[in-house]
Amino acid sequence: MTTISKKLASNTSGISFKSLSMANDSMKNVLLPLIGVACFLVIWAIAASNIQTSLGQFPGPSHVMEQFGTLYQEHVAERDKATSFYERQEKRNAERVAKDPNYQPKTRAYTGKETFIDQIFTSLTTVLSGFILAAIVAIPLGIAIGLSKSLNTAINPIIQIFKPVSPLAWLPLVTMVVSAVYTTSDPMFAKSFIVSLVTVTLCCLWPMVINTSVGVSSINADWVNVSKVLSLPSWVHIRRIVLPAAVPSIFVGMRMSIGIAWMVLIAAEMLAQNPGLGKFVWDEFQNGSSQSLSRIMAAVIVIGLIGFLLDRSMLSLQRILSWDKDSAKR
Amino acid sequence: MSIILDISKIDMVFPTPKGDFTALQGVDLQISKGEFISLIGHSGCGKSTVLNIVAGIHQATSGGVLLNNKEVNSPGPERAVVFQNHSLLPWLTSYQNVELAVKQVFAKTMNKAEMHEWIEHNLNLVHMSHAMHKKPDEISGGMKQRVGIARALAMQPEILLMDEPFGALDALTRAHMQDSLMEIQAELNNTVIMITHDVDEAVLLSDRIVMMTNGPAATIGEILQVDLPRPRNRVELAQDATYNDYRSQVLSFLYEKQRKIETLSQPESKEKSSKTKEKVA
Repeated sequence: MTTISKKLASNTSGISFKSLSMANDSMKNVLLPLIGVACFLVIWAIAASNIQTSLGQFPGPSHVMEQFGTLYQEHVAERDKATSFYERQEKRNAERVAKDPNYQPKTRAYTGKETFIDQIFTSLTTVLSGFILAAIVAIPLGIAIGLSKSLNTAINPIIQIFKPVSPLAWLPLVTMVVSAVYTTSDPMFAKSFIVSLVTVTLCCLWPMVINTSVGVSSINADWVNVSKVLSLPSWVHIRRIVLPAAVPSIFVGMRMSIGIAWMVLIAAEMLAQNPGLGKFVWDEFQNGSSQSLSRIMAAVIVIGLIGFLLDRSMLSLQRILSWDKDSAKR
Repeated sequence: MSIILDISKIDMVFPTPKGDFTALQGVDLQISKGEFISLIGHSGCGKSTVLNIVAGIHQATSGGVLLNNKEVNSPGPERAVVFQNHSLLPWLTSYQNVELAVKQVFAKTMNKAEMHEWIEHNLNLVHMSHAMHKKPDEISGGMKQRVGIARALAMQPEILLMDEPFGALDALTRAHMQDSLMEIQAELNNTVIMITHDVDEAVLLSDRIVMMTNGPAATIGEILQVDLPRPRNRVELAQDATYNDYRSQVLSFLYEKQRKIETLSQPESKEKSSKTKEKVA
């Protein structure tokens, strides 16, 4: 009897210990980041209250939170203005048509100020389009370079020289070339969008080309032999063997690119006054009201959050598409 | 029996920075249809080079290989290879790995339903139909090697080349795989060349054992005809006098006539083999 009860006791204590340690783990995973954020907010608040600038006190967490509300309300107000503008226009046109059936109604687009939320979407669209364009160019190029040693030897110097150039150095050239070349009377995209997009593409290109070509050239020799024994035609060889084998390194390149692209885009928007979050920050800086600093700080936080989300979504995409689950862990 | 494969006086010379290195010299071997040949020898004696030349992955410096009286100079599915490290494509399931081969070889002669049936038939043959839709990461080393064999068999090759197919497996799994291979061999009567390090494996499976001398300039030392009735049973054979005689002949070739003096300064080959084992684990 005693032994059984002892066993039972030890068993239950074992279970409770296990569940305790599990609970401990999840507590750690939730609690520690919360503690980290709390400490940061406290240090920020204390530091902010001690910094006086010509635009007033440096914003603390509470100011910035407040500003988020204001920014959202401004967005709602702007939308209301727009809808009422269109309503009025429609009404006016209807009246004139009723008076004179031959009248051709004119519709004009609303040209209000872009709100913070509009700017977020502009920046996101730009970064994603530039990134996709770069991927369309870089992945086939990377595969070609990885497969052909001579092509690699020929192109490598060019890549090595252009890779360390900040895309911002290209910006004036891109701006001039786009205004010279992209001249249609009815443009599908705004020039500023094309300029930002090309800048993003330029900085995404190199990491993707390099990582793709490394992935392709370091492909497992056994897999190449399998392909040889099967006498796969080169197109099938690329599609069924080379491309999947290179997917993990392609994703390494893509994650690097999207991180760099997001940083570069904000700087490019500030520099070129192209619509987007960068322009928002710059406009607020030029505006110089007592609210400016907290609005900029709000933008900084949003930029960081979006950068984080871009990286995470790339990681989730990698988890779905890549066969190598180990390389998609962090 | 008709000669299906003629390995005719092969020399293999690799150019190195220090001058030419002769790996193989005058390797000459004729193989009949349905024969099971083992190549045995110490590591570095060029067994794999012979196999790669037959597969068409390497080109012999002089001499050549004739398959059904046609010269071999590039790889092809009529000489299917089972690689040492299974070399399944990790992004495809077992079924898809076999499918890749079947689609390539039978594109013109089979329709979709026939292909499907043929793929399942081959996976069934190696007893892998239960894990058809699993990826290589999700199955054990022995199972991977089974799928590798299924892929090779599905090409319906004239000759099956196996490069130490069971070398990376543990002893029990290996014995199991050898039995499976004998079973398949009895059913399909394939012509097989298998590289092995394992004396028991060679005697148990082969019709002839080709023993290679040590490199450089390795060549065929002796050929041993194994006249044991099939089907062979490893437990019964363990007591069999003829079996043990064959075994000791191979052992004496490897450890008396061709004893390899491994110096301590060259532990490379050992490191390699331990690496491949780690991969499997």
